[in-house]
Amino acid sequence: MARNAEISRNIDTLTVVLYLGCVLMGWLNVYAAVYSPEEQTHLFDMSTNAGKQLMWIGTSVLLIICVLVIDYKFYDTFAFVFYLFMIGMLLLVMVFGSNINGSRSWFKFGGFSLQPAEFAKLATSLALAKYLDQPGINLTKQKDLLWIGGIIGLPALLIILSNETGSTLVFASFVIMLYREGLPGWIPLTGITLAALLILALIVPFKFLFLGIAVLCGIVILLLPRYNRNVRNIIGIGLIGGAMMLTATGVDFFVNKVLQPHQRNRIKVLIDPNVDPLGVGWNVTQAKIAIGSGRLDGKGFLEGTQTKFDFVPEQSTDFIFCTIGEEHGFIGSMVVIMLFMALLSRIVILAEKQRSKFARVYGYCVAGIIFFHVMVNIGMTIGLMPVIGIPLPFFSYGGSSLWSFTLLLFIFLKLDSRRTNSLFN
Amino acid sequence: MLENRKFIIIGVFCLVGLLYAARLFYLQILDDSYSLESSSNSIKRVIEVPYRGQIYDRSGKLMVYNTPVYDLYVTPKRVKIPDTLAFCRMMDLSLSEFDSIMSIAKAYSPVKPSVFLRQLSKEDYARIQDALVDYRGFEPVMSSMRTYPSHTMANALGYVSEISKKKLENQETPYYRQGDYIGHNGLEEAYEVELRGRRGIKYMMQNVRGVDKGSFKNGEFDTAAVAGKNLYTSIDVDVQRYADSLMQNKVGAIIAIDPGTGEILTSVSAPTYDPNLLSSRLFSKNYRKLIANPYKPLINRPIMASYRPGSTFKLIQALIAQQQGTLFSNTYYGHAGSPMRCHCRGGNNLRGAVQNSCNPYFYQVFRKYIYHNGNPNTFRASAIGLQEWHDHVIKFGIGEKLGVDLPSELRGNLPTVGFYDRAYMHHGESRWKFSNIYSLSIGEGELLISPLKLANLAAIIANRGWYIAPHYVKGIGKLGEGIPEKYREKHYTDIDPQYYIPVIEGMRMAVAAGTVKKEADISGIELCGKTGTSQNARFGHDHDHSIFIGFAPMNNPKIAIAVFVENAGWGGVAAASAAALVAERYLKRKTEATKLSEWLMKQNYMPPLSMLPQPRVAVPAAKKPADTTTKKVLPNDSLRRLRPMLTLARKEIAGSGQ
Repeated sequence: MARNAEISRNIDTLTVVLYLGCVLMGWLNVYAAVYSPEEQTHLFDMSTNAGKQLMWIGTSVLLIICVLVIDYKFYDTFAFVFYLFMIGMLLLVMVFGSNINGSRSWFKFGGFSLQPAEFAKLATSLALAKYLDQPGINLTKQKDLLWIGGIIGLPALLIILSNETGSTLVFASFVIMLYREGLPGWIPLTGITLAALLILALIVPFKFLFLGIAVLCGIVILLLPRYNRNVRNIIGIGLIGGAMMLTATGVDFFVNKVLQPHQRNRIKVLIDPNVDPLGVGWNVTQAKIAIGSGRLDGKGFLEGTQTKFDFVPEQSTDFIFCTIGEEHGFIGSMVVIMLFMALLSRIVILAEKQRSKFARVYGYCVAGIIFFHVMVNIGMTIGLMPVIGIPLPFFSYGGSSLWSFTLLLFIFLKLDSRRTNSLFN
Repeated sequence: MLENRKFIIIGVFCLVGLLYAARLFYLQILDDSYSLESSSNSIKRVIEVPYRGQIYDRSGKLMVYNTPVYDLYVTPKRVKIPDTLAFCRMMDLSLSEFDSIMSIAKAYSPVKPSVFLRQLSKEDYARIQDALVDYRGFEPVMSSMRTYPSHTMANALGYVSEISKKKLENQETPYYRQGDYIGHNGLEEAYEVELRGRRGIKYMMQNVRGVDKGSFKNGEFDTAAVAGKNLYTSIDVDVQRYADSLMQNKVGAIIAIDPGTGEILTSVSAPTYDPNLLSSRLFSKNYRKLIANPYKPLINRPIMASYRPGSTFKLIQALIAQQQGTLFSNTYYGHAGSPMRCHCRGGNNLRGAVQNSCNPYFYQVFRKYIYHNGNPNTFRASAIGLQEWHDHVIKFGIGEKLGVDLPSELRGNLPTVGFYDRAYMHHGESRWKFSNIYSLSIGEGELLISPLKLANLAAIIANRGWYIAPHYVKGIGKLGEGIPEKYREKHYTDIDPQYYIPVIEGMRMAVAAGTVKKEADISGIELCGKTGTSQNARFGHDHDHSIFIGFAPMNNPKIAIAVFVENAGWGGVAAASAAALVAERYLKRKTEATKLSEWLMKQNYMPPLSMLPQPRVAVPAAKKPADTTTKKVLPNDSLRRLRPMLTLARKEIAGSGQ
């Protein structure tokens, strides 16, 4: 008993409160999303998503207790073992997994299914933390960067092979941690520029894109301090602009000439949903209508009309934010966004306080993953991001996702509790 | 230093948060286009499916139109049926059928409507309309059903049915949804995009009870449905139906082309079926029956069957040999020195050889052609000669797709040098020569040609040297409009027009004074033609296939035609009379040779069922015979295996299938 009390004393209370807030709001909204006035199910009906979500929450509490009871050294020592185990699971699921929605990435046990890809993020975070914890690691050295790229790339490759594009993209979020640990700033900047170019090349006509790049280069040259405005720098900027135009042309050529028509369409729909007004475009329009119709204070709990009758597809999983926006309006949406901002900031602040590099790196991984999910998921429902099916952490219905985020967060809190502990000793 | 990066990171987090907050402020507070007037209203999407275009013949006679019918949709969650038995009786369903439909609908979605019953006729709907009030959860939706008033040309028209799972997953642009109708096979598939039009979407506001409250935002988000375009075909329905009646109790094909335009006038595949069979509620039942039918009525024989061209191929031999300079209109050959038997007296010039279809004559022509290059090594000489021959023959559209506007056209087989090299592989390269390939000279051997290609050959000869790719379309939307450019382009053979003259004269003589004079020389149409016999008897059948190709009239031809009648015996009698009667009908708009017409209708050339393979369920997929040729098989076997893709499978298959 005394030991338990000690554990809970050192756990960061604010984070736990924010976590509970997210999970409970998520559960109520899953209930609202599946609620139908004609067939009034109650909150605890185990045949509905809401009932099942409650079960996932209950088991998450058990997981939290396990995480907190286990010695903190365990995560450090077995980081690579976890990682290799996950790689094995990802390989196994490609052979033995059940096919759901065209991707073979689920293990089925009776009525429940688990998705190893959700847990791969956790294992990769631990492995990265362990790797970076070694003395002498330098993120400007090519050898170290290659190893890190390998640790991130291997599970990402396996996940993309089982057709889960969304879960693969999440692995890009490790850039935030790497940046904090000393990755040169131009690498993430180039990455963001490339991603923007990929998207722009497909939705903006070439002449505008080229004009835009040229204008951008001109502005950069004009903004150069006078002592730097020499021929060499101007030519350099011109070359970068030229390379950007070339990349855009290459993307366009690849998409329109190399890819098969159906592959091409999948990519175009991802970026511009209006290509398919009856399919993905329909989802986005409906999501916008649902959120937009919420106005300031929403229609009230269980009173949403637009998210009933499945107007918004996947509404208890990927489109859960629509229910929040419709039933709780702008106020509700703001609460959710501020909840996440508070949680993210808290994690970063805690991570900075860590004395071991292992815990700090891991903390930044957690922050990055949650941030990426929130950004893409909410952005997709309000039409600011392409439609990529990844869940909203702690909110979306689904055991794999809730478990993996809970584990992710509480392993960090366990590592963090060790910090305060050692302070008193 | 690096520690300060936490400010940048938190800054990025907050920036995204602020950006999203601003966007939500815009969506939820500023922009009122998403408000729904009343908070209890919701938006429903209504899909408008436009009418599918109708199909007409060349004179504007209706061939395919839409009959309005009702589809009944069910929303499982709303269903309230007080008496299931009475309901089933009214719907003419068994309880188990009812259960299976409902469980499929539930599996799809308990809250979204899915199809309960398709294609209720107006009468059926009227019967149940009043009673439906007592049953909640059912909703009738207007739809339409293809109807074929001309009852003909089922294979070339194709049919319309629910989209298959495979097509649904492989569509190039995401348009179709589960349960949508799509054209399958034939013109319905080839002109699917034009015929179907474009679906529209309307956003309607509804209150909680599902009552419409008008359109959302005055229809700003709506897309209007675009009606399907009508398709005008080049078919002459009168001739088509007459040709159908000639082909009753026969297996084979008639295809007629207007040589000047490449328009297909008649396209008969026998035995055929009434296209209305595949458009009713009984689609699956009828389809299963048709596909199990041993006579394979679902094969569109004019383009999907491959035969040996037989003697009709001698026409090409005569043309290319003249062009090469090894044959002249007065070249004389007797029967001596040829391994081939012949039924004529022997001793012909070119005209006479065409008229009498003299086998030894064309043996000599081909021999001279192949060895013309003078290479001292006969093996090399044969290879060079065959290559030259191949390059000329392919200009007649043989061994290639002609580009007809139907899916699943066959390429056929025009043997190449490589083909024989592979076949005689065990002897080493170039271990074959003229004596191995001489049966090509009379259109036997490894040649495989579809009836359409032979009709096209007739058109080429009628035009004295060119053709336009045969096609069915005569207008999309309006007669004469929207025809693809490729159907105006002339393809020239590399044979000078003068060389056609002796061939055409021989063809005229073949009809006017040859073996089929009695059956094909109808006065006033001046038919020129060539009979053929596609060897079949030695593959286990009693009779050979009867072939005839020709055109009429001799000068300024209006119709080119090819006829295949399977198992009708030697000499092309049946095929020639059918061709003559069809040409007469088209040129005179009536049938004067009534006796001949009646005689032919009475003939029964259906092979007995005992000769057919056991019914096997197989899709009439276009199986390329060329595929069998590329397989590595035992050398001698490869020649034996390359038999025509008979539309009726051979006895051996029947044996091995059991």
